[in-house]
Amino acid sequence: MAPSRGRNVLPGFGITLGLTLTYLGLMVLIPFSALILRTLSLGPGGFWLAVSGPRVMAAYRLSFGASLFAAGFDAAAGLVVAWVLVRYEFPGRALVDALVDLPFALPTAVAGITLTTLFAADGWLGALVAPLGVHIAFTPLGIVLTLMFIGLPFTIRTVQPVIEGMEADMEEAAACLGAGRWQTLRWVVFPALLPAVLTGFAMAFARSLGEYGSIVFISGNIPMKTEIVPLLIMTKLQQYDYAGATAIAAVMLFVSFAVLLGVNTLQAWATRSRGQA
Amino acid sequence: MSIEVRGLNKAFGAFKAVDEVSFKVETGELLALLGPSGSGKSTLLRIIAGLETPDSGEVILTGTESSTVSARDRNVGFVFQHYALFKHMTVRENIAFGLKVRKVPAAETKERVEELLGLVQMAGYGNRFPSQLSGGQRQRVAVARALAPRPQVLLLDEPFGALDAKVKAELRDWIRHLHDDAKITTVFVTHDQEEAMEVAKKIIILDKGRVEQEGDPRAVFDRPATQFVADFVGETNCIETVAVDDGLAVWGSLRFSVGKVPKGVGLRIYFRPHDVYVTRHKESLQVSAVIEREFFKGAFTELDLDLGEGKHVTAHLPRGLSEASGFAPGEKVYVGIIGFHIFETGKI
Amino acid sequence: MAKGAPTEGSPLQTGSRNDFSRREPAWARRLLIGFSLVFLGLFLVLPLLLVFAGALRDGILPYWAAVTDSETKHAIQLTLGVAAASVTLNTIFGLAAAWLLTKFDFRGKQLLNTLIDLPLTVSPVIAGLIFVLLFGLQGWFGAWLRDHGISILFAWPAIVLSTAFVTFPFVARELVPLMDELGRDEEQAAMVLGASGWQIFWHVTLPNIQWGLLYGVIICNARAMGEFGAVSVVSGHIRGLTNTLPLQVELLYNDYQFSAAFAVASLLTLLAFVTLVLKHWSHHRQATVLREASQNPESS
Repeated sequence: MAPSRGRNVLPGFGITLGLTLTYLGLMVLIPFSALILRTLSLGPGGFWLAVSGPRVMAAYRLSFGASLFAAGFDAAAGLVVAWVLVRYEFPGRALVDALVDLPFALPTAVAGITLTTLFAADGWLGALVAPLGVHIAFTPLGIVLTLMFIGLPFTIRTVQPVIEGMEADMEEAAACLGAGRWQTLRWVVFPALLPAVLTGFAMAFARSLGEYGSIVFISGNIPMKTEIVPLLIMTKLQQYDYAGATAIAAVMLFVSFAVLLGVNTLQAWATRSRGQA
Repeated sequence: MSIEVRGLNKAFGAFKAVDEVSFKVETGELLALLGPSGSGKSTLLRIIAGLETPDSGEVILTGTESSTVSARDRNVGFVFQHYALFKHMTVRENIAFGLKVRKVPAAETKERVEELLGLVQMAGYGNRFPSQLSGGQRQRVAVARALAPRPQVLLLDEPFGALDAKVKAELRDWIRHLHDDAKITTVFVTHDQEEAMEVAKKIIILDKGRVEQEGDPRAVFDRPATQFVADFVGETNCIETVAVDDGLAVWGSLRFSVGKVPKGVGLRIYFRPHDVYVTRHKESLQVSAVIEREFFKGAFTELDLDLGEGKHVTAHLPRGLSEASGFAPGEKVYVGIIGFHIFETGKI
Repeated sequence: MAKGAPTEGSPLQTGSRNDFSRREPAWARRLLIGFSLVFLGLFLVLPLLLVFAGALRDGILPYWAAVTDSETKHAIQLTLGVAAASVTLNTIFGLAAAWLLTKFDFRGKQLLNTLIDLPLTVSPVIAGLIFVLLFGLQGWFGAWLRDHGISILFAWPAIVLSTAFVTFPFVARELVPLMDELGRDEEQAAMVLGASGWQIFWHVTLPNIQWGLLYGVIICNARAMGEFGAVSVVSGHIRGLTNTLPLQVELLYNDYQFSAAFAVASLLTLLAFVTLVLKHWSHHRQATVLREASQNPESS
């Protein structure tokens, strides 16, 4: 099944390797070494001080919590939307399909001011829930909703190709064996989609953790309440507390690495379990 | 336009794909590399083309040592198993590619492309795209493309593997005629022994990266040099036994005269189903047997024969003969072996 | 239902929409479609409408004034320039990396892949931070740059660098799976026919990947033009000088010039539309190429 693999007989190895390594070196390795070295220069005491203050802890809790929740919701809603887009026909389907990418194509600042205006107490949606005592803008709820907006394309676009590639025979076999539609979905279809759903979740989570542009408008940036980690880093930078900013960034990076590793492993598992070598 | 390989070795990790292979292909020859999957035949072909580099050994093309020459400069024509046609180019552009990269003038290119289109019977398809062609048509375009820059040799990697039976038969015929017309040294790889015997004038049989036998189709079929060849080529009966006395082997009630084999040496005896002689009435040296099953196979009938003591033999009879004799399951008949090959398996 | 042996990679989708063993009951379908439409309508369509409503709230003349204001014009120029530079750099890199990763086998491929994916998981603020650490006054090169009168930080070079960093995976990530799927056979065929490396790339590879490349470039560009966090850190927010369009939006918004902010935002939204259209179209064209590549009819 594997296409013919000539061991490196094609031309261009040297030049592409050189270009790739140079670019990666300049763009990734050198800047990141600066980060790591600066972090190390803090020493363990300094490092701990910078990353363990109550304000920082509150920011971590908020960032992680909001991202988890938003990614979780996006994973579920994304699965439904992806299923509807692939399996059902309705007028305007192509338009909706193209629209799904909007949060990805739209600059985060635009998303930020728009969602803030939308959810403010006098905004189109904010005004609807204000009488119920629910405030969205400048609260963690607003942050979660905004992260849901940002993460949606990731979950949908990860699951969609998997649904498209699903072969008909599995479901047909289940039907022949007497399974009801719900049973087939639960025991045959969903397990097959689970790896992709998890991957989409992880990607949305990773994206949400680092999101800055849209949150900075809707959150109000109240320390200890609605201050997310990227904002905290920004604040420290503006105060020239390079050390503090770097330390917090290092922790974030570490988590990002872990997430990246997790995503890659999930993707490898998903590919293997689909039977594609 | 000859090819010679000497002492070629190639391993992929722990897997030895090519193991001390040496052979020569004379100018104008049509050679088949035949073997099961994993026998290294495709790897060998790709080494000759320069698409793989051997771990050791030499590749000599028309007298020039070429192991370090890049595939680009070897001037070999290579036809891939899945055609590898340039999908965004028309048939004409595909065929012209080898000429274009050599900066051949437009007029000359045009002429050569037309000539090749005619040669492969695809005239009129020049402006089609590969996606608009059937598998057989794509294969012919692939051959034309490979021939366009007048290569010194033509190499084909399982060229008919992906096609269905009737198309395969037509293309085998076509390749033979093409070779006769173009007179170009040709090597093709296949796992289909019928194809090898039908198309090629010389066959090299490979197993596990080694050359098992080299010879023309008749030699390979009638005089297998190794047990592998005896097993692999054509259908065969294989029995294991021991020389009970100098020059004599026995299997059930069958007795084989085995030349100079001394007493006590283990043997494997191979004989073809069509060398099994079945009659109603006993003739000399035959033994009795019962027909267990009878299979209709078109031009011949296959009989499964039970010789007693748990010994079974398969026979092929021409259809006319079996129908005239009216052989049916359950009948008692007499069986003799006309020809066989022996391989010693060691002293017991 | 299926004719002959199914070819690899082609799902038996014939008749899937009419195949009753694979359908949910009508009420369930309507419910799910309804949910999706309402959900997406609230989440996607409403914000879109709001951008234009906010932009045109004070009428068309103020809208036009906001859009043609000199600060805005400069922001447009800067954004376009930065995007052009980043996209060009990243396209060259993406092509080189994709060729390296798909045409050759070597140790460390997986590591390279992971490194290329890195910016996707890094917060844009951190992306800006690392360049501050390098080029800021307290940074590694800060003193040297000041002595030579070169300003990288708080000037366009830093903006280009940080934007390029954030967007560099996109082209490569799009091309690698595509080129993996297309295989190496055509390139090897071209090589045996006598083509050089550039000839192979130009005549054989590029035409097969052109739509995927376009797709990658479009995504890269959209992200580059819209980048906010990283640029926010390194640009210094100097009005009329180092403000990109997204930064300009922030500036106007924080100044309570809401309709002007939305006016500039509407430009970016229009850009997003164009991006969506081109993205959809190029994805469709590339899918066609891939589909044709995996079909092998078996009759003469």
